[in-house]
Amino acid sequence: MAGSNPNAKPMNLTLKVWRQKNRITKGGIVDYQVKDISPDMSFLEMLDVLNEDLLRQGQEPVAFDHDCREGICGSCNLFINGRAHGPEQGTTTCQLHMRKFSDGDTITIEPWRATAFPVNKDLSVDRSAFDRIIQAGGYVSINTGGTPDANEIPIPKDISDRAFEAATCIGCGACVASCKNASAMLFVSAKVSQLALLPQGHVERKTRVENMVAQMDLEGFGACTNIGSCAAECPVGISLENIAILNQEFLAAKATSNNLA
Amino acid sequence: MSWISKTFSSSIGRKIIMAITGLFLCSFLVVHLVGNLQLFKADNGVAFNAYSEFMGHNPIIRTLEIVLVLGFGFHIYEGLSLAIKNRAARGAQGYVSNHIEQNSSWHSRSMAMLGSIVLFFLIVHLYNFFGSLRFTDVPRDANGNEDAYALVLDAFRNPLYVALYVVAQFALLYHLLHGFSSAFQTLGLVHRKYTPAVKFIGYGFSIVVCAAFAAMPIYFYFFK
Amino acid sequence: MFPDSKIPEGPITEKWEKHKFNVKLVNPANKRKYDIIVVGTGLAGASAAASLAELGYNVKAFTFHDSPRRAHSIAAQGGINAAKNYQNDGDSVYRLFYDTVKGGDYRSREANVYRLAQVSVNIIDQCVAQGVPFAREYGGLLANRSFGGAQVSRTFYARGQTGQQLLLGAYSALSRQVAYGKVKLYTRSEMLDLVTVDGQARGIITRNLLTGEVEQHAAHAVVLATGGYGNVFFLSTNAMYCNATAAWRAHKKGAYFANPCFTQIHPTCIPVSGDYQSKLTLMSESLRNDGRVWVPATKETAEKLRKGEINVNDIQEADRDYFLERKYPAFGNLVPRDVASRNAKMMCDEGRGVGSTGLAVFLDFADVIQRTSAEAVSQKYGNLFDMYAKITGENPYERPMRIYPAVHYTMGGLWVDYNLQTSVPGLYATGECNFSDHGANRLGASALMQGLADGYFVIPYTIGDYLAQTPPKPVTTEHPAFQQAQADVEARVQKLLSINGTRTPDDFHKKLGHLMWEYCGMSRNAEGLRYAKAEIQKLRREFWSDLKLAGTENEMNQALEKAGRVADFLELGELMVDDALDRNESCGGHFREEYQTPEGEALRNDDEYAYVAAWQYTADNQPEILNKEELTFENVKLTQRSYK
Repeated sequence: MAGSNPNAKPMNLTLKVWRQKNRITKGGIVDYQVKDISPDMSFLEMLDVLNEDLLRQGQEPVAFDHDCREGICGSCNLFINGRAHGPEQGTTTCQLHMRKFSDGDTITIEPWRATAFPVNKDLSVDRSAFDRIIQAGGYVSINTGGTPDANEIPIPKDISDRAFEAATCIGCGACVASCKNASAMLFVSAKVSQLALLPQGHVERKTRVENMVAQMDLEGFGACTNIGSCAAECPVGISLENIAILNQEFLAAKATSNNLA
Repeated sequence: MSWISKTFSSSIGRKIIMAITGLFLCSFLVVHLVGNLQLFKADNGVAFNAYSEFMGHNPIIRTLEIVLVLGFGFHIYEGLSLAIKNRAARGAQGYVSNHIEQNSSWHSRSMAMLGSIVLFFLIVHLYNFFGSLRFTDVPRDANGNEDAYALVLDAFRNPLYVALYVVAQFALLYHLLHGFSSAFQTLGLVHRKYTPAVKFIGYGFSIVVCAAFAAMPIYFYFFK
Repeated sequence: MFPDSKIPEGPITEKWEKHKFNVKLVNPANKRKYDIIVVGTGLAGASAAASLAELGYNVKAFTFHDSPRRAHSIAAQGGINAAKNYQNDGDSVYRLFYDTVKGGDYRSREANVYRLAQVSVNIIDQCVAQGVPFAREYGGLLANRSFGGAQVSRTFYARGQTGQQLLLGAYSALSRQVAYGKVKLYTRSEMLDLVTVDGQARGIITRNLLTGEVEQHAAHAVVLATGGYGNVFFLSTNAMYCNATAAWRAHKKGAYFANPCFTQIHPTCIPVSGDYQSKLTLMSESLRNDGRVWVPATKETAEKLRKGEINVNDIQEADRDYFLERKYPAFGNLVPRDVASRNAKMMCDEGRGVGSTGLAVFLDFADVIQRTSAEAVSQKYGNLFDMYAKITGENPYERPMRIYPAVHYTMGGLWVDYNLQTSVPGLYATGECNFSDHGANRLGASALMQGLADGYFVIPYTIGDYLAQTPPKPVTTEHPAFQQAQADVEARVQKLLSINGTRTPDDFHKKLGHLMWEYCGMSRNAEGLRYAKAEIQKLRREFWSDLKLAGTENEMNQALEKAGRVADFLELGELMVDDALDRNESCGGHFREEYQTPEGEALRNDDEYAYVAAWQYTADNQPEILNKEELTFENVKLTQRSYK
């Protein structure tokens, strides 16, 4: 063990983990003990330790989604001690480290909860609703090739920067998980405002927002009541301002588009 | 007209109805408050009764009354149906441990509950005054106006009413603290330059309006 | 017989244009009669699937993730190269081509690299049109930055998240085709075998990772865009799910595997902190622009530091060894990745490493902070410093960072011809999955370029050449080859579950990774490689007799998934060792200790080893056959790299 603090003491922890066999069966909390957890471990490495122990004992390891472990792929999604991605702000589960916990702590680990995010198994949930929302219009309809030179359209730096900030959404679903209404507005607004801010997105801005919002509703997400939990828990700091832009875009599109349906 | 019904039955459309009706109801609060301030006038209700008579019989006001009822109706209906829809979206299986208080304010999460308290108050309030004035024969004052002032005096002798009215104003206060600026957010009226001012005005508005309304029953109970 | 690499005749500047004219076309009305399978939805896969669907082909896209957007392309930080010459600093297609061939230490195909440089400019246009928010100057035009191995500024970037923005662009194009019904998307589906009929690729066998169902999928052609195999080393900067299974299964069905020993070790990663470590995190190479690399001058000081008896900031200037500046005065801390990595390893081997494992060197920003200010440094590297602090719990503004090299990218991969077709007709490989463009070493900001070049601008042209020669009649899973392949996959899954031994998949994977890192990592020698080969064979036998799994095959079973991938790594690892043993020279990421200059630099042997080693599978536990594709250099002069 190296890291920051060569004197850091290993910890023993009690984990209360949601276990659920599959989508149909009912789940419940199961208690586990993990020992000799280094404070330099990431939260998921701590779960790796648990899973190796379980497997050696012939028990099924806890299923959870994860991949890059660098905070960018958006796979990891644990509700830790009552908070999406745990107690630290601006952090994905994979970037949360055990030094944020203390020896003897009890940690409750649950999957994202929302009607639109059914549980696959244990801590893994189905977030394909997000893909379907993007498929409804989260793109610029251009084919490969035949595009103008990249420098043909100058874009003011501040606009481009704001579009970039909205575009950094990692699609993890913490916004939905933490929202009291299980609303996906922060996710949807990040894509809508990225493309509404950029000139490339202007051609389709009306149909885009109409279709994406319709899909969002179809998936069974709740409505936004502006309580702000989503932005507070967003690991990449997507701003609530995007939701205001989404509302604006929606209103303008509905009022002025030629779509009578 | 399907595009209109589709617009206003979508999650954002419903929120827009909440925001527009909410702001409209805020404007009603201002009118209502300004008129009622005459209760504090030391003329034993002469001015208040005249105002009350005007409000009860002026055709323009009577027409606006219908709009007001619709405003309340939509706000209440959409509010409750959104609350039900949102609960369904959250799902049957809740979190075993949820520290939502660490990422949002209590009153912003309690709008439906606060609104329900205000609704209950509203029913009692209508029964106390509006119902009596509109549907029963009320004694007239020296100027021949219905003596609404006497009704107020009478109602606020009852400590239960006083308590209900004051509690309701607290509920309204917290409802407005979130609702006012939230309406601007929902309508997309957000700008880095102006939003701080909207928030500030919203807080000031909520406190002044609710404090002034709450002062009325207290004033009558203790000083009249 | 070695398949033809199909490099077009003529001057290098005209090859691609001529080739595009000469390849056969599928007429627009016929395109909808062809089905194409694309495995993988990273940059190379998503861009290929979207572009092929736009042309009219029916595409089936597969990913083992829950969404195409999770692919590891998303984690690329630095940027993407393109020969736009927007900076007026003398860049050109030819210069990008030259830099890439030289950077690859002269082990790549000239024709492929030239084409890559040519289409690089189209990629930027394409991405900007999609709404990718690249960094811009105040005038509203695109910004560039410079990167290692080049003397011009040609790297386009989106802060430290270029890969994310490019992938989301490709993902949006893919999503659009899914909405149109031209792409059928299969998520959480892992390819476990390739199906060939009469020697041609005709489909794949997948396992649904939620239900465990094994499925057959048929098509007229199969494109693999399944990434690299860096996770052979267990610890790497790759994502946890990155694996070689799809490529390895294809290899066992006849696709040659080229240059497997060419792996890139990145010098600036956050070091390992304990046995529990699951992956390594890269810190952008750009940090070496301002950070100074050092270790204590003596073993004794280093030891005291490791034990915590002294503090790093108490070590006097005279007791520090800025070894890169000392050994390479001209390039200093900015020597290429392979040189920086090897030197860090040397210091640690001498016992002068730092951190409690002794496997780290310092990257110190004290000078630049003193020269400018902490704010100025934060402006430039703020997000990297924050990430470092989050992971290590240390403040890099107050004490130097600890860094160590880590496996980052694999230049080797499935052998492909100029059309990106493997040695199995109808099977194509794009992106990191193939071996094509980076030779023995990849330059920074070139991986994103290659993935998108292959997907957007190469495969849409070249796959038509094959399809035009294939009758447009439906391909089904009726052929017995599908039943056989499915039965094989199911038997293998059953076998893994039935071993019922005592050791977990991770346990074997860690052992393999350790062997690979020690003996086939930053520097290699014949003796170590022979030892590793024997140990890997032993480990493989142990795996198949002592593996422990739980659960069943009919459900989400992540340990089972992992076991299948480790089984393939255990075979691929041995091939990497074989390849490293065969290549009796040092070049790029492949450093054989026996072949170095008196100053300890890599010594190439162009006379005997200027070839692509394309390995051909024969049978399980049998030596593979080495096929050699000779490399000819008509445009670039072969020279020895020197950074003194």
